[in-house]
Amino acid sequence: MGIIEWATDPWGRSVPIHAAWSLVWLALIAGLLFLVIHAIYVRFFAKEQQFVESASPELIARLPERIPRHSLAARLFHWIMAAAMFVLLFTAFLPKVGVQIDWVTYHWIAGVVLTASIIFHIVHASFYLDFWSIWPDKADLQDSWKRVRRFFGRLAPLPRRFGKYPLDNKLYHGVIVLTGLSVVLTGVFMMFRVRTGVLPRNPYLFGDMTWGLMYVLHGLAGIGLITLVIVHIYFAVRPEKLPITASMIFGSMSREYYLKEHDPERWSVDTSTGSNPKS
Amino acid sequence: MAVIRDVMPAFQLLQPNSIADAQHLLQRHGAEGWVLAGGLDSFDWLKDRIKKPKAVIDLSGVEELKGVRVKSDGLEIGAMTTLTELAQHPVIKQRYSLLSQSAELVASPQIRNQGTIGGNVSQDTRCWYYRAGWPCYRAGGNICYADTPVGRNREHAILHAERCVAVNPSDTAPALIALDAKFVILTSKGERVVDAEDYFVGPEKDITRLNILQSGDLLTAIRIPSTWAGARFYFEKVRDRNVWDFPLLNVATALTMSGSTIDRIRIAVNGAAARPLRLKNVEDAVRGKSRSSETGDMAGKLAVQGAVPLQFNAYKIPLMRNLVKRSITGVENSGLQEEAWAS
Repeated sequence: MGIIEWATDPWGRSVPIHAAWSLVWLALIAGLLFLVIHAIYVRFFAKEQQFVESASPELIARLPERIPRHSLAARLFHWIMAAAMFVLLFTAFLPKVGVQIDWVTYHWIAGVVLTASIIFHIVHASFYLDFWSIWPDKADLQDSWKRVRRFFGRLAPLPRRFGKYPLDNKLYHGVIVLTGLSVVLTGVFMMFRVRTGVLPRNPYLFGDMTWGLMYVLHGLAGIGLITLVIVHIYFAVRPEKLPITASMIFGSMSREYYLKEHDPERWSVDTSTGSNPKS
Repeated sequence: MAVIRDVMPAFQLLQPNSIADAQHLLQRHGAEGWVLAGGLDSFDWLKDRIKKPKAVIDLSGVEELKGVRVKSDGLEIGAMTTLTELAQHPVIKQRYSLLSQSAELVASPQIRNQGTIGGNVSQDTRCWYYRAGWPCYRAGGNICYADTPVGRNREHAILHAERCVAVNPSDTAPALIALDAKFVILTSKGERVVDAEDYFVGPEKDITRLNILQSGDLLTAIRIPSTWAGARFYFEKVRDRNVWDFPLLNVATALTMSGSTIDRIRIAVNGAAARPLRLKNVEDAVRGKSRSSETGDMAGKLAVQGAVPLQFNAYKIPLMRNLVKRSITGVENSGLQEEAWAS
């Protein structure tokens, strides 16, 4: 099974036309397989997380009952992006599995919404949030190495608690950035190929090969998002992650959960006002 | 692209003699099977080696699929009934002459002798970029070669184009829509009956098909209710060569009068989009009005609302406007009109 479908253009050249749509099923199976294997791992093999103690009693005493985690703007971005992503995935792939729907208009409109929300997020995260909090740092790598050694029974000091985001969350965000930017950038150019009323139609913007590669990248990144979205939803509904999911709805998490999972030195909360302007 | 004509690729020829056998074969071969009715669309594909099915299921031996059956509530036409038979059938000529007229204007006498009603409504588009095997949207690719500034698109769509601008070439399809026909489809889940207008799909829903038939499905019959029997009908087809050609546009209208006003009306056009279009907005607008020139003008203008011409087919907009107008008012003092209207 190939990952790209090829065709012969009018000049007799072999050009890629799009990703192999059978990969949709592979992505679906991969996502479901991941959640089954992870659920089995957590249930039967995972050890209870242990952390080195870091928060002082004085600091704990100053913490508010609810720890602000996501600002209203960040939450709105997340849910608008999620809605756009669902529309994009359903309109992209339901027709590929035989559901006849008028998909193109809804698809590009959702794509425009996603693009706008991502632009907003980049600006918002760069200038109004703690930009580096979502990117892996040296402490993440050191702590993950400690965890790996301890998992295999080797001697290693206890890792620190997490910053605002655990390493797996950061890695997931990194993969989403890559796939998301791939679909968005290629999608914007693909809008020149259809009549949208937003961009002037220009099928000659690129040659057949470039267009083909663009469609392939768009398709592969889109198919990858099937697996990534399954994984994301799975973690969002896992019992131990529910406080994080709830914070994406209500904006905050309990002090107990914060102290259990997070290191106040790596994710500081403004204890004087009870609010966290960098959330 | 090199095209090898006349020598078809090898395939397994299967000739069932019953609907049950045909369906069994279709479902066994799935997407690798090809339904052969009259062969007039199929042999182009096969000889050009654009389509290379592994098995061809020839329906010509299935007698159950042939013939016109007159029933108390209308007609049932087997999908393998020839266009000549439809054009000459006395009951159709007398009560549903819209269909006989449209069938009579399909291609040439030889083609009508061989072509079937099922094949005529299910045939693929004649867009030459697609028929030449180029990797366009309809062929599973990512471009429409006809919808480019230099694309030859004189015969292509002016309405409901969605990436692909090919049109449906059937002459009988709009007549069947105007007659409120029902299409009987045998699927793996059993028999399915759909309205004629729902049998066809545009590229916005499925860019690789012109109708709802999926692999393994078989159109077995077309039922025409008696609702429109004996109504006033109008069919007109405009083509480049009057002796033998696909339509640039055609129009089919069925209407009944109440005194001097239009009581009931159904109107459909083909050649304007990837599927034959029922003009519901026009029907609603003219119902209750007289068949006057003003009504016709208004209907024509309504019919082409939203039309977007391509580089070389802007002529289709006034053509469609006039066809729709004529289909309602008739052209006074015109021999063509006198022939076109029938009741």
